[in-house]
Amino acid sequence: MSEATVDAGPDDPRKAGKFVYIAAVVLLCAWVLVPLYFLLINTLSSPEAVNAFPKRFVPEFDLGSLTFFAGFEGMLVALKNSILVAAITMVMSITIGAPAGYALSRFDFKGKGLFRLLILLTRAFPLPLLALPLAVMFIRTGLDDTVFGLALVHTTLAIPFAVLITFSLFSGIPIELEEAAWTLGCTRLTAFTKVVFPLILPGITASAIFAFVISWNEVFAAAVLTIENRTLTAFLLQNLDTSPLHLKFAGGFILVVPALIFIFAVRKYLFAMWGIANR
Amino acid sequence: MNPRILPYVLILPVTLFLCLFFLYPFVLVSKQAFSTGAGFTLENFQDVTSHWKFPISFKNTLLLAAAVVPVQLALALLMATMVNGMGRGRDLVLYVWTIPLGISDLAAGIIWLAIFEQSGFLNSMLSGLGVIDKPVSFLSYQHPGVVFLAIALAEIWRATAIMLVILVAGIGLIPKEYYEAAEVFGASPWKRFWRITLPLLRPSLQTALVLRVILAFEIFAVVAALGGTLFPVLMGETYAYQFELLNGGAAAAIALIILAISIGFTLLILRILRVPKGASI
Repeated sequence: MSEATVDAGPDDPRKAGKFVYIAAVVLLCAWVLVPLYFLLINTLSSPEAVNAFPKRFVPEFDLGSLTFFAGFEGMLVALKNSILVAAITMVMSITIGAPAGYALSRFDFKGKGLFRLLILLTRAFPLPLLALPLAVMFIRTGLDDTVFGLALVHTTLAIPFAVLITFSLFSGIPIELEEAAWTLGCTRLTAFTKVVFPLILPGITASAIFAFVISWNEVFAAAVLTIENRTLTAFLLQNLDTSPLHLKFAGGFILVVPALIFIFAVRKYLFAMWGIANR
Repeated sequence: MNPRILPYVLILPVTLFLCLFFLYPFVLVSKQAFSTGAGFTLENFQDVTSHWKFPISFKNTLLLAAAVVPVQLALALLMATMVNGMGRGRDLVLYVWTIPLGISDLAAGIIWLAIFEQSGFLNSMLSGLGVIDKPVSFLSYQHPGVVFLAIALAEIWRATAIMLVILVAGIGLIPKEYYEAAEVFGASPWKRFWRITLPLLRPSLQTALVLRVILAFEIFAVVAALGGTLFPVLMGETYAYQFELLNGGAAAAIALIILAISIGFTLLILRILRVPKGASI
């Protein structure tokens, strides 16, 4: 709030206000970071330390838990499946979604309202539930229990975001730039590849990463649609009752790491992506 | 290409994809819910709702949403306004606050498990302070209140970030002139928040609430990690029907019930927070 931006003067209430403000910011940062730190301690401790009591509040930098995780039957395959599904989802949702985002930002066409409604409807729908009928449909087509089949469902999850985010990104590039390119002899296609595409590339990358994270984190559909070829989330979920604590924590840590990196990579676009898209 | 056909060509892939993987399975799931083999029937719904676990999981799901969403909204609004006037350090603080955005519900459940489990950090802290002599098994049937609290905290921790992002983006769209004018007329920061920020933020509030409420009804993995069978919720029941009981019809019926609640609340939120015609920024 604005009182905080004003330099603390000699008067006391201002100073106190600023102190409360900074304390609140620090406290809220700690609220996010401390639980993550606890997970880190558990991950970097030996299995014995993870199950011991009371806990130490500093990690002992023992790779025992992580080695156990890597050596656990089926875990590395699940990790590989997770990465594969997320990568396919990323590619599909952008190649299918981005053209629609472009169309929404550049053209007025009949049925535009209806199309936007379809997209918004998809977003306002408990999508993982669709995994139930799709399981039957996939068995019939031989897509059941495959990485590609799951990626199709995750793409359905990611597509509304891909369309709305690219719509917002394309809207941020003035159409005058394209028109200038046309007058200088570009066709619609070359104007796009030479002018718009380089400008939009970082934003597209950000929304691709967003799609990757959506798929990487998805639990329900992954658990419903895969049996042998489990993803990491599905594998961890399935073994929640039986697996030892250090396995859970190491698994949780592996799930969190890409998220930390990805959010850092897309942080500049996070707000631009939501700016126009949420109207 | 003809500019009149071009937009349709561009939206064709998405439309086809969504018809095949969204509308079609939606029809299938409805069909499955309303039939047990031959003809139209409500049997699946009767089966599901008469089961003793249904009222509990229904109540739990709604209670959890009622406890979690208002706290998240308040917290997200607070964070968004705090970040709004921040000069130095804004990017860093925003990054830290949005970290949970990328963390899955399963991972969030596991993170809070590290705190609440029997040899976990809460017990270690309490015993270090001398409050307890031996570790308490918090996540057990003896402590239903703590199980609820742990799940609620994990949800608030994980999913406030999505609301924060939407609200920060929304506040960024409010013209600064309004605040300047209000300041000239001597409005206090508190008043500026209630009279300018909140009303003009309505579209973003709509989006944030709809998205959050729908996801709150879908809560599943956090509960699986922290409460297990101690705290049944609707989505967990769907999973159990599909896998443990192999009853696809019943699973589809619960799915439709979740959908109906989601749609009901979406309409309610849109109605309460509707933006008057012609009143946009």
